[in-house]
Amino acid sequence: MTPLRILIVDDEPPIRRFLRTALAAQDYRVEEAGDGETALEFLKRNPVDLVILDLGLPGMDGLEVIRRLRAEGTAMPIVILSSRDDEAGKVTALDLGADDYVSKPFGMEELSARIRAALRHRLQQAGEKPLFKSGELAVDLVRRIVTVKGEEVKLTPREYDLLRLLVSHAGKVLTHKFLLREVWGGESDVQYLRIYIRTLRQKLEADPEQPSLILTEQGVGYRLRAAD
Amino acid sequence: MTDTDARPSPDALLKQAGQAGRGRLKIFLGAAPGVGKTYEMLVQARRRKLDGVDAVIGVVETHGRVETDLLTKGIEIVPKKRVLYKGRVLAEMDLDAVLQRRPRLALVDELAHDNVPGSRHPKRYLDVEDLLAAGIDVYTTLNVQHIESLNDVVAKITHVRVRETVPDSILDRADDIELVDLTPEDLLQRLREGKVYMPEAAERARQNYFVAGNLAALRELALRRTAQRVDAQMVDYMRAHAISGPWEASERLLVAVNAKPGGAAAVRYARRLADRLRASWTAVHVETGLSQSEAERDRVAQLLRLAERMGGMAATVPAAGEAEGALQFARANNITHIVITASRGSRWLEFLRPSMAQEIIRQAGDISVHVVPERGGKDDIAKAPTSGRVPLEPRAFAGSLLFSAIALGVGLLLRQTLAVSNVALVLLVAVLASAVAYGLMPSLFAGLVCALAYNFFFLPPLYTFTIADPENVITLLVFVLVAAIASNLTARVRTQAIVARQRAATTEDLYRFSRKLAGIATLDDLLWATAYQVAHMLRLHVVLLMPDGGNLQVRAGYPPEDTLDEGDLAAAKWAFEEGHEAGRGSDTLPGARRLFLPMRTARGVVAIIGLDSEKDNKRTEQRGATLLNPDQRRLLDSLSDQTALAIERLHLASEMDQARMSAETEKLRSALLTSISHDLRTPLASILGSATSLKQYRGQLSDCDQAELLRTIQEEAERLNHFIANLLDMTRLESGALVPNMELIDLADVVGSVLRRAPLEQHRVSLELEPDLPMLRLDPVLFEQVLFNILDNATKYAPPGTAIALHARKTGNSVIIQILDGGPGLPDEDRERVFDKFYRVRAADKKRAGTGLGLAIARGFMEAMGGTITASNRSDQGGAMFTLTVPANSAGTPS
Repeated sequence: MTPLRILIVDDEPPIRRFLRTALAAQDYRVEEAGDGETALEFLKRNPVDLVILDLGLPGMDGLEVIRRLRAEGTAMPIVILSSRDDEAGKVTALDLGADDYVSKPFGMEELSARIRAALRHRLQQAGEKPLFKSGELAVDLVRRIVTVKGEEVKLTPREYDLLRLLVSHAGKVLTHKFLLREVWGGESDVQYLRIYIRTLRQKLEADPEQPSLILTEQGVGYRLRAAD
Repeated sequence: MTDTDARPSPDALLKQAGQAGRGRLKIFLGAAPGVGKTYEMLVQARRRKLDGVDAVIGVVETHGRVETDLLTKGIEIVPKKRVLYKGRVLAEMDLDAVLQRRPRLALVDELAHDNVPGSRHPKRYLDVEDLLAAGIDVYTTLNVQHIESLNDVVAKITHVRVRETVPDSILDRADDIELVDLTPEDLLQRLREGKVYMPEAAERARQNYFVAGNLAALRELALRRTAQRVDAQMVDYMRAHAISGPWEASERLLVAVNAKPGGAAAVRYARRLADRLRASWTAVHVETGLSQSEAERDRVAQLLRLAERMGGMAATVPAAGEAEGALQFARANNITHIVITASRGSRWLEFLRPSMAQEIIRQAGDISVHVVPERGGKDDIAKAPTSGRVPLEPRAFAGSLLFSAIALGVGLLLRQTLAVSNVALVLLVAVLASAVAYGLMPSLFAGLVCALAYNFFFLPPLYTFTIADPENVITLLVFVLVAAIASNLTARVRTQAIVARQRAATTEDLYRFSRKLAGIATLDDLLWATAYQVAHMLRLHVVLLMPDGGNLQVRAGYPPEDTLDEGDLAAAKWAFEEGHEAGRGSDTLPGARRLFLPMRTARGVVAIIGLDSEKDNKRTEQRGATLLNPDQRRLLDSLSDQTALAIERLHLASEMDQARMSAETEKLRSALLTSISHDLRTPLASILGSATSLKQYRGQLSDCDQAELLRTIQEEAERLNHFIANLLDMTRLESGALVPNMELIDLADVVGSVLRRAPLEQHRVSLELEPDLPMLRLDPVLFEQVLFNILDNATKYAPPGTAIALHARKTGNSVIIQILDGGPGLPDEDRERVFDKFYRVRAADKKRAGTGLGLAIARGFMEAMGGTITASNRSDQGGAMFTLTVPANSAGTPS
């Protein structure tokens, strides 16, 4: 099996250095770029499986890099590293087509999980698994049956649509905007989404006050716990 | 009833809100002296004191009555102020002491009292206003005859006119009015027992005053006034709580005032009528352009002020005729009632020239007209007018006489060719010429002279004043009649022309002034222009004051004036704080030299204008206090409105500048924050990432990879430490906590130690120190840090393998140390900015940048030690050069 290729785009050499070491240990093939222009140039000639992109780059910033990559039609997953406490930056990046993010400083486990989720999603799209399982939740995507601890749970069509969307991107953050667009078809209030998420949690979570399945990414969106 | 009707009236709510924060005023109202107002006030004050209220006596007149005296015991008395006036020592309430004492409740007896001239306010009720404004509750007493609008009614009943009056507005604003009532019989009984004190002046009137009938009438007045007040309070309450009621009968009332006697009575009548009708009311003076004497202007101004004091509005309107002006105003303002005084001119004269009253009655339409009889002489406005006539000007009459003489000469020359009856026309020319040139009186005079001359020189028998032919008698009569009518008409046209010309000139001046203001960009220019304009147009001395750091300062004056005496400054301050006029001729501090008027915009008072007459002070004092006639007052108002707006415009402009500046500062601050956050988080991210990688994937990592991660952790921790140390140094520098520990050092020694510490592994170092350098007085630790930071900076930008040179030599009185590198040099625009905090020149090869603090700290340290540091580019080759200068004389020879 050929190793998956990951490009790290960050202007800080120490960050690149430890990422390279740690990712190489997980059998990824690691490439590096110090700024946006170099990264775009590199990607033109060398396709990779995933990009780790720092938002605060000198010169062309991370958002611009995403915009150009997506404009060119490249579909490889992008995981954002954001060192500023900039909610808007993260959300914009996700809306522009980035797949996920981690905030600096971060633990290596967290980044590895995000990378795996982003890659898994790409791999699954070809042949989607008909049965999703995460903890006590099981979703049969073919028969449209949802069970918790083996007990069937009744969902309204819209609740099911929302859950199915979360399941098909399990482990990945989905922005408010994306969820509203996909489930409600555009112009709706975030408040709507919050209400549906609450009812879903009440039906699916063991403790709806401390959710362990549908997780809130404050100011960004929601994330369903990855499949087992 | 619809829902919209049920909304609380904003006015009523505002009134309630306006009273929050102010002290509460309670008035003990009595019908006559001796009913026991002071007694009742003290009883109630004691009760409140028992409730724990902090009450003091500002002033209480017990007139030696034992039972009243006893009641004052146990209530703190603020000592009165002794004032020397005309050789007598008088005691007045010490307003400032009470204000300073700040009780919850102050007792102030006899609200209508006049203060000794020279006090802050001429009237005690104004003192009370100050107390209320300071949030102090006030109890006070008042007799009904002192109420302004009832003043003349009481005078009519008792035949005693009281000079000390209180405006009705203070009664309207009182939170409580308590009527202290006593039947006339009981009062007379008390009087017989000697329990009633009467002021000396009224002693004589005592016989007339204390008659059962009078007392009954006064009692009724007091009861009615209190009832009216209760009524008004109820209406306010109902409005504030949106209870609908019958008050919407929006009656509006106008009282026409002029300089004729009886004006004050008409104004008071208007106030009473307005109260009864629950109407708003306005006193209107019509300026017809006929010239008025100083005394007449004063009188009108006083009447207008009287109206304002009694809660009405005042307005001056220009028009050709009084009746016309009043009616125009009435129609424009939906007036429903007009109050006028009846003139007492003879019927004969009225036929020739109808009085204002008649014209108004004729043209009033559906407006009710109330006619108040004119009562000459007995009016109470301080300065009665001397005469309603224009002062006779000898020059005008001499001129008319000259015109008549010329016409007579021409007539005599033409008597051969002209019929006698036609000569009359020649003489008529002289009459008309006089009317055009000098106005009505001189032209009537010319008419008389010409009639006599005509008779004397042309009508047989010649050179006598007798007339032989009866036909000629008729000719002469017709001549006189024509002369009179022509004079009248021409004179009227003339006055109107003059008024129009004056107005045009004023308008022109105002227009030019506003254009000038629009072009002014600085506040000082604006104020000077205003001072000049006001001085020029009103022929007054002008000063302008504006607040400056909490104090009012003279900002401009024409003629230039820098300082004000204390009295003036106090008046100006009061005017600024209260937003009312103060100083000369006003109600507050009338003793000041100048009159101070606030200049306001919607946002409040922005400046104060002070006015003083051009003549010297002694004469003006004799002339009385009025500086401005209504015309001038209006002019001043529009000038100061324009100025106030212009000041506001400048304020707004500067506020916008400030907003822009603070936005830039804000941007800088957020850039700083981002920078610090980045500098702290990047090393942390590396450390945390490396550490978690080691923990999680230790099994998969080779020894070499593990060593790499550990090295990253160590280096990044050191970088973080370095950054934090720099931040601390910077903080020390900026807080001024840095005190260099100066001692004599050997430069070579310091250079040696810094070269061991600096990260110079990848560069060549060349040293050139002059052999006989003096010892330098420096803080060795700080100086080593300076050199370290500059060398550290050089290693970041100069490519590996290039040389970094350190030169030192003595020049004059200082030692110069230069550090030169072989890097790319400094971009021109960055020469000075390299010393800015968090400023970094981007290294070309993406090598990691420093903290952006090193050079800033180097400069801070150098300056703390009395040296300097500058940055430039090398002249001999590419590269940056940092030059340190240290004074050598402070070191060379130990003192």
